[in-house]
Amino acid sequence: MSERSTQEKPLANTEAEPSSARLIATLGIAGFFSGLVLVGVYLFTLPMIQANRAQATERAIYLVLPGSKAFQALVLKDGGLAPAEEAPAGKSGEEPPRIYAGFDEAGKLVGFAIPSDEPGFQDIIGGIFGYEPEKQAIIGFEVLDSKETPGLGDKIIKDAAFRENFRELAIAPQIISVKKGEKQAPNEVEAITGATISSKAVVRLLQKGVEKWQPAIEQYVKAQKQ
Amino acid sequence: MNQAPTINRSAEEFLKGLWKENPVFVAVLGMCPTLAVTNTAINSLAMGLATSFVLVFSSLLVSAFRKLIPKQVRITAFIIIIATFVTVVDFLLAALAPQIHKELGAFIALIVVNCVILGRQEAFSSKNPMGLAMADALGMSAGFTFALLSIGAIREILGSGSLFNIPLFGSGFEPWVVMILPPGGFFALGFLLLFFNWLQRRRAKG
Repeated sequence: MSERSTQEKPLANTEAEPSSARLIATLGIAGFFSGLVLVGVYLFTLPMIQANRAQATERAIYLVLPGSKAFQALVLKDGGLAPAEEAPAGKSGEEPPRIYAGFDEAGKLVGFAIPSDEPGFQDIIGGIFGYEPEKQAIIGFEVLDSKETPGLGDKIIKDAAFRENFRELAIAPQIISVKKGEKQAPNEVEAITGATISSKAVVRLLQKGVEKWQPAIEQYVKAQKQ
Repeated sequence: MNQAPTINRSAEEFLKGLWKENPVFVAVLGMCPTLAVTNTAINSLAMGLATSFVLVFSSLLVSAFRKLIPKQVRITAFIIIIATFVTVVDFLLAALAPQIHKELGAFIALIVVNCVILGRQEAFSSKNPMGLAMADALGMSAGFTFALLSIGAIREILGSGSLFNIPLFGSGFEPWVVMILPPGGFFALGFLLLFFNWLQRRRAKG
């Protein structure tokens, strides 16, 4: 575990007022070895950190698209979708937002896993949901990142009844939230009592994600059928 | 001072951090992580161990090079050493324990400014040989981890009804949600400080 760096060359006289050159050299050498250690550890841990991230994304995709066994990352391109590999990162090095098409064992399209985020009660809630273009419905939802109040807002992750909303949720004409026990139409989400703001944030998160990606998905599915 | 760094002296330096000069309960240092990440026992333990790693290795290095670092730039040199180890911990946790890394978030990087660590370099490691510096750092680390774990355990037991994620009570237990929210950190710390002060006062009388 320990990465030791040596800091300084020995110098004989430590009592006298040290010269400016010596002060600069001390810090320069310390900084140099610090840099060596950090770059070494960075290069050593980078593949593991990337693998962890990829694994987390993969797990979330398979959760929100039940039955999927493989997936392909897609990005927006000319109003449609293109494989992410064909659209290299922008000039600033930032990756364009991705969605993931999930396929079952036979290679048939199960749906799309769409990451989306929205401000909640405390902080941004990050989530990913599964969208089935044929049924025009959301078929799964997972929270990836949330700092909602423990015991109240974090029920958007833990509350089984709330999660039940996303087993098959119609997106047309629009996803709306209703009070608990008042769900009548397939496009309604029953909010959690005591976590109204967090519940509504989830609904907005879904609605925004759908609005952003649905036209491109329609076009992609149509093109695939031809 | 350097002549007889006996085992007794080392033991003494180790034990003072654990109890008599406990960095949290007596010196009341490092309050930021103490209050911020002690909402569960496991987070407290992880934070305690990460801080210990940084403190022990920083103290060793500072002690080893104490005669070579000119005093005019010592604080800068200490910070470079501490920041290096903090970044190492940050990367290692992200690689080996991504879940814990996510929960502790920015507070890992903030170990750099934990005054327990810089305080020990300035007050002890830069003036003492490596063996004693090591004993001092281990003692302070153990004391810090013990303090965080006590607060974390109290908050998790009362606030979630569990310890290390193992449920302790039946379904009839209504968790005191406030204990895992920020005010709970102040409540738990406040009562523990009260207890420690009471202990010390009683000992002083007797």
